Amino acid sequence: MIFRMPILALLLVATLAALTALWSGAFALGVLRHWDLTSMARAQLRRERMTELVSTLFGAVMLAELAALLLFVFNADRMAALFVGAMCAVGTLNVNPWGFPALYLKIAVFFAAVLWLILDRADRLGRDYPLTRVKYAALLGIVPLVFGDLVLETTYFLNLRTDVITSCCSKLFTPNNPNLANEMAALGPGLSLGLLGGAGVLLAASGIAALIRGRGYALYAAAAALVFAMGITAIVSVISVYIYENPNHHCPFCILKPEYGHYGYALYVPLFLATALGLGAGMLGQFRAVPSLQARLPGLLRAQVIWSLGGFVAFGLAALWAIARSNLILFG
Amino acid sequence: MSTWLNRQRALADFTLAAMGRRRIKNAALVMVYALVVFLLASAMFFAASLRHEMHQVLAEAPELTVQRLIMGRQDLIDAAAAERIGAIRGVSQARPRLWGYYYDRISGANYTVMVPDDPDLMPPPGEVMIGEGIPRARGFTWDGAPLFLSRHLGDLQRFNVARTFGTDSALMSADLILMTEADFRAFFGIPEGLFTDVVARVRNPNELGKIVEKAAIANPDLRFVTRDDIERTYQKLFDWREGLMAALAGAAVLAFVIFAAEKASGLSAEESREIGILKAIGWDTRDVIAMKLWEGGLVSFGAFLIGTIAAYAHVFVFKGALFAPVLRGWAVIYPDFTLTPQIDGLQILTLGLLTTLPYVAATVVPIWRRASADPDAVMR
Repeated sequence: MIFRMPILALLLVATLAALTALWSGAFALGVLRHWDLTSMARAQLRRERMTELVSTLFGAVMLAELAALLLFVFNADRMAALFVGAMCAVGTLNVNPWGFPALYLKIAVFFAAVLWLILDRADRLGRDYPLTRVKYAALLGIVPLVFGDLVLETTYFLNLRTDVITSCCSKLFTPNNPNLANEMAALGPGLSLGLLGGAGVLLAASGIAALIRGRGYALYAAAAALVFAMGITAIVSVISVYIYENPNHHCPFCILKPEYGHYGYALYVPLFLATALGLGAGMLGQFRAVPSLQARLPGLLRAQVIWSLGGFVAFGLAALWAIARSNLILFG
Repeated sequence: MSTWLNRQRALADFTLAAMGRRRIKNAALVMVYALVVFLLASAMFFAASLRHEMHQVLAEAPELTVQRLIMGRQDLIDAAAAERIGAIRGVSQARPRLWGYYYDRISGANYTVMVPDDPDLMPPPGEVMIGEGIPRARGFTWDGAPLFLSRHLGDLQRFNVARTFGTDSALMSADLILMTEADFRAFFGIPEGLFTDVVARVRNPNELGKIVEKAAIANPDLRFVTRDDIERTYQKLFDWREGLMAALAGAAVLAFVIFAAEKASGLSAEESREIGILKAIGWDTRDVIAMKLWEGGLVSFGAFLIGTIAAYAHVFVFKGALFAPVLRGWAVIYPDFTLTPQIDGLQILTLGLLTTLPYVAATVVPIWRRASADPDAVMR
């Protein structure tokens, strides 16, 4: 199984990311212990130069990880034909117990990567690198995630057995089995759309307030997280149903398939990016008091909130369009 | 936002002009890079088209094939088995088939001999319909030349050719000989009432698993092969061949990585002086890195474009002449068929990651080393 081009690409990304993370982690330890901008020592000068390399390398790796998340899902969907019982990515990920953990960890790496890139960008805005310690402490937090990703992904791909009968998405996302996926599927369409709408109003209000007052970014980040959770729930309980035009099919992965025009990407990509930017705004909002950032950080924060709001609007429009063009009638 | 865009535009502008000054050196790099992309892309495009063809061919195949096994080998099956299979609820039709292989000692090729079930394709007694590969293998010089088949030394059977199939169905029919049931039984010596295998169609494909389960319990001496089994096996085979090509191309990628790293670390005196001057007039390390990343990005983009287009032409215009024997398999009579392009985002994304990532990994450290050096040290 491992001799498949997308799998080779994914393992290449994971291996390079782990190697970079290992090396950057060792460097981060040195920064956390000895970083002192006032020092004129040779070692400090070297460290300052090295930060440029680490930023560039780690930035490149994180960008590759973002692409790898897309590739992972795309590939899982495409491989469904190889497994008895699998119809979409759910079946492929269910072939062995490491599939879904690998996906969740990849999503965690995605969010960590975006937040770290945002932190890195903010750090470079100040002439005295005010966030260097925070940035490298965060990097140390990402290292185990990246390693876990490599281990889980390799275990998953090495243990793909085509003689295993896996379960299809229609088994996982039905209101009969007791687990989270089915709780989401069982939520009534009206209720889940209402919750999403309510969260959206809260998000818009907190976003506009943050733009006008220049503070309250933490609230905006919380609202973004809420919309993310409600958005995923709504995709499982209503939006996917509209796309399939079948009131019993709730799978959040089948919407990625070509039969449905890859519509899922129009929902997920803006939702994930907008959420990550919103969380990033909440994180950066904590550093508004840093003196060397006061000139340029507010502008960055504003831009992030605007882009994040734009992403959520795109997600909302995609969801509305899915409902509007569908031939399925759930209400009335 | 606009300042950021302006900065990037200026950097791209500057980088392009700088690359233009070292045209030959950069062109050499792009060409080697494009060759690596070309290798991988050819393997991917070819395998994807083969998978597509396989899918198309099997879409029309019956859902279920039933064979009789004796001592682990396939044996002739009697007509009663077809009736037993057909009686299972959910099976819409089960019919026995007569087909086999004939080794032609004259051309050294294997032909597939079959009794058609479509009355339109049934030749008159004593005549055959043949695929386009057979006249080619036999070197028929005129239309209507009869086909002589010899089963052993001293034996010669004459069949008139009723029709020759065209190349549009070559993948299926290149090595095919169709004859009537009576001719088939006489030619191969098969007794009445025995057949090669049984194929069954199923009303609802979702019930196939259950039908196979029931039929296997009732007929322990029969083997049931579903269309999905065949498709999965082919898919795995093509995946494996593609992966093997990729692993071979891995050596090329590695060589390219070493080449790129070497090139990035061994800057010419002129380039070093350029970086020194830039730093002396106020660029900082970050700007130089950004400029070099732009350079890498432009090189990658150009190589990716050239490599992918060349691979497209290679596979779909020149029929993958370089890798065809490895990827599609081989035979004395090989069907002459054209591949349909099957390219999607998954392939492009995979290709991008597999080629650009090693390049970035190879060049980042040398770039940083140059960019962070003191201006006087680089210029000296």
